[in-house]
Amino acid sequence: MDFSFTDEQSMLRDTVASYLSDNYTFDQRRAVVTKEPGWNPGVWKAFAEELGILGAPFSEELGGLGGGAIENMIVMEEFGKALVVEPYLGTVVIGGGFLKHSGHAQAADLIGKIIGGEAIFAFAYAEPKGRYNLAAVSTTAKKEGGSYVLNGHKAVVVGGPFATHFIVTARTAGGERDAQGVSVFIVPKNAPGVTTRDYPTVDGGRASEVILENVKVDAGALVGPESQAMPLIEKVVDEALAATCAEACGVLRKLHEGTLEYTKQRKQFGVPISSFQVLQHRMVDMFIQLEQSISMTYMATIKLGDDAERSKAASAAKVQIGKACKFVGQNAIQLHGGMGMTDEMAIGHYFKRATLIESAFGNTDHHLARYEFLSLGQAA
Amino acid sequence: MNLDFTPEENAFREEVRAFIAENYPADLRKAQESGQPLTKEQYLSWHKILAKKGWVAPSWPKELGGTGWTPTQKYIFSEELAKADTLGILPFGISMLAPVLYTFGTDEQKKKFLPGIYNGEVWWCQGYSEPGSGSDLASLKTRAERITGDDGKEYYLVNGQKTWTTLGQFADWGFFLVRTDQNAKPQSGISFLLIDMKTPGITVRPIITLEGGHEVNDVFLDNVKVPVENRVFHENQGWTCAKALLAHERSGIAGVARSKRNLQKLRQIAGTERSDAGGSLMGDAFFRRKVAELEIDLTALEFTELRTLAGESSGKGPGPESSILKIKGTEIQQRIQELALEAVGHYGAPFLRDIGHNAGIGPDDARGLAGEYFNGRKTSIYGGSNEIQRNIISKAVLGL
Repeated sequence: MDFSFTDEQSMLRDTVASYLSDNYTFDQRRAVVTKEPGWNPGVWKAFAEELGILGAPFSEELGGLGGGAIENMIVMEEFGKALVVEPYLGTVVIGGGFLKHSGHAQAADLIGKIIGGEAIFAFAYAEPKGRYNLAAVSTTAKKEGGSYVLNGHKAVVVGGPFATHFIVTARTAGGERDAQGVSVFIVPKNAPGVTTRDYPTVDGGRASEVILENVKVDAGALVGPESQAMPLIEKVVDEALAATCAEACGVLRKLHEGTLEYTKQRKQFGVPISSFQVLQHRMVDMFIQLEQSISMTYMATIKLGDDAERSKAASAAKVQIGKACKFVGQNAIQLHGGMGMTDEMAIGHYFKRATLIESAFGNTDHHLARYEFLSLGQAA
Repeated sequence: MNLDFTPEENAFREEVRAFIAENYPADLRKAQESGQPLTKEQYLSWHKILAKKGWVAPSWPKELGGTGWTPTQKYIFSEELAKADTLGILPFGISMLAPVLYTFGTDEQKKKFLPGIYNGEVWWCQGYSEPGSGSDLASLKTRAERITGDDGKEYYLVNGQKTWTTLGQFADWGFFLVRTDQNAKPQSGISFLLIDMKTPGITVRPIITLEGGHEVNDVFLDNVKVPVENRVFHENQGWTCAKALLAHERSGIAGVARSKRNLQKLRQIAGTERSDAGGSLMGDAFFRRKVAELEIDLTALEFTELRTLAGESSGKGPGPESSILKIKGTEIQQRIQELALEAVGHYGAPFLRDIGHNAGIGPDDARGLAGEYFNGRKTSIYGGSNEIQRNIISKAVLGL
């Protein structure tokens, strides 16, 4: 067994961490997320040009750094520590993932644009009544000659306001929750018939409701096989889950560290509150949750290449991370006392991000059910 | 043992229900549902209606405006208010300060302050917590020194900082704990002062909480002159008042009736939301299980509270067992908020609290749920954190 990183991977982590500590302090982030447009395109440009990290998981032939899932994990964990809102997940992990795995005709071209920072993707998969079921798609795509015409409503598209392109799941056959009949399309945001309602999310991010009204795209917009895209979607979402778990590890680490620091300096009854055994035990339990989460994130990331184990591993990791986000997040606030309730302190912002991560791509119940199904069979 | 209500009690329940239905202001209802912060007038409107009816302070002695209701009637009354989802009556004047005033105040103080509290004409805030004190309230540092004013009258000159002053931005008056003897043991050098918030030297500064709301404040006191006659009870014995007030703050903190109502709302939300499989979320086995466990927990709390109430009506004061009500009550409130947020899935993410132009994003039910969840984390912290409550039980009940 070897859990060590290569020199290149360690260097990637150092590069990202040092850039963020210079350019992405809590105050700098706050100044950006509290006003429009809610992100920093200059930071994105630096990711592309100065750091080159938008190419981290792509092959060298495509112009990337030749990495993969582990590089995504490293980047996302550092992003978690700094509460980065720029759309690496939607663009590099998800957009890049669909392009890489689908053999799409324009994959090389679009990945080049991702690496260069010009193409920005947001994943429009959720629908108002779909909950976390990826196959709950009522958005339709009808074939008309050499084109598809899309109609539907996509909910809470994270990073939607920043995107140049949406990755849209739409139904080309079958009923509302059939796994058969789902297809994936790339829809340019400026395509006629696309409207968005943008809004801030509770964690300082931005999202959109995306309405598609007779949006006409050519056949080349189809990503992966028509009507048979569920395996591709599951694969990319599993990769997104692993990356989100990595982000959570960064968030959880800051929640835990911040709480340790605070309780050591906060005095009550004449002593630091960290000297109270009940709080010590609580912080030990938080630490155990953090370490278990890191372990599960490694496990899930390593298994992304193993099609037989991948989904089970991703769901198992998400269950652990979901529980940890709740336990560590809630206790971090509790142990900060009233100060934890203030907008001024960073801790609450980590808690809010942890809360949304807990439900991202399915909450703990969803992934427990998925794990049971994959591991124990439906009849269990 | 008899848990049934008498016919008289049932008739009383009908009377209360009818009164609320006929008199609750429609515009207040609308403002509550919008999720927008309420104005001062909106906060007070229901208070004033209840005051006119004579129902605003059921716990006060009858001669001062109390209702003379039995504990069961009070319980029924609060249950009906919760069922109708009315705005709560602000506790600062009615249930925190007033009992201190009618127990420890002079006749003059009672005459001067109680009517304004009752009628909702004077808004009170609490000046207890300080940046360094928190649950260790007796460590407070705000100083008050006796001086003689230019007018020859006696004053306290108050200097210090208070924090977590809930809705202090609206307050006309505040009740403050200040240190009048620097050399005494922490609990024995404290006095209880009533301070006009318009006195020169007082600055109220907002603290924005993590869900983005403005509910609490810092209050800075810089050479604030307070007439000596505004001190309640003896100098340096304010801790007696403080303790009495804290006991009142903690009773009723269980919030059973409100939690029942909110659990009902949660079931409605989960009834209209869809599960992964496409049916109602209430039909989802995981979700149902969590709601069922919560209901059982709430029932246990309800009967624990009823036992406490029965004890009180037979003359036993609320003992340290009331810490159980604080701990379980706040845990259950938080758990309901957590499940409600969970129920709306992706639509828990939009930040909509203060953003009128984003109306219509997601189901109406989802509006503000994330804010309530984040804001609700305070309940296990304030009023003596739940860790402190466990200490109280371990020392005072278990003798550890």
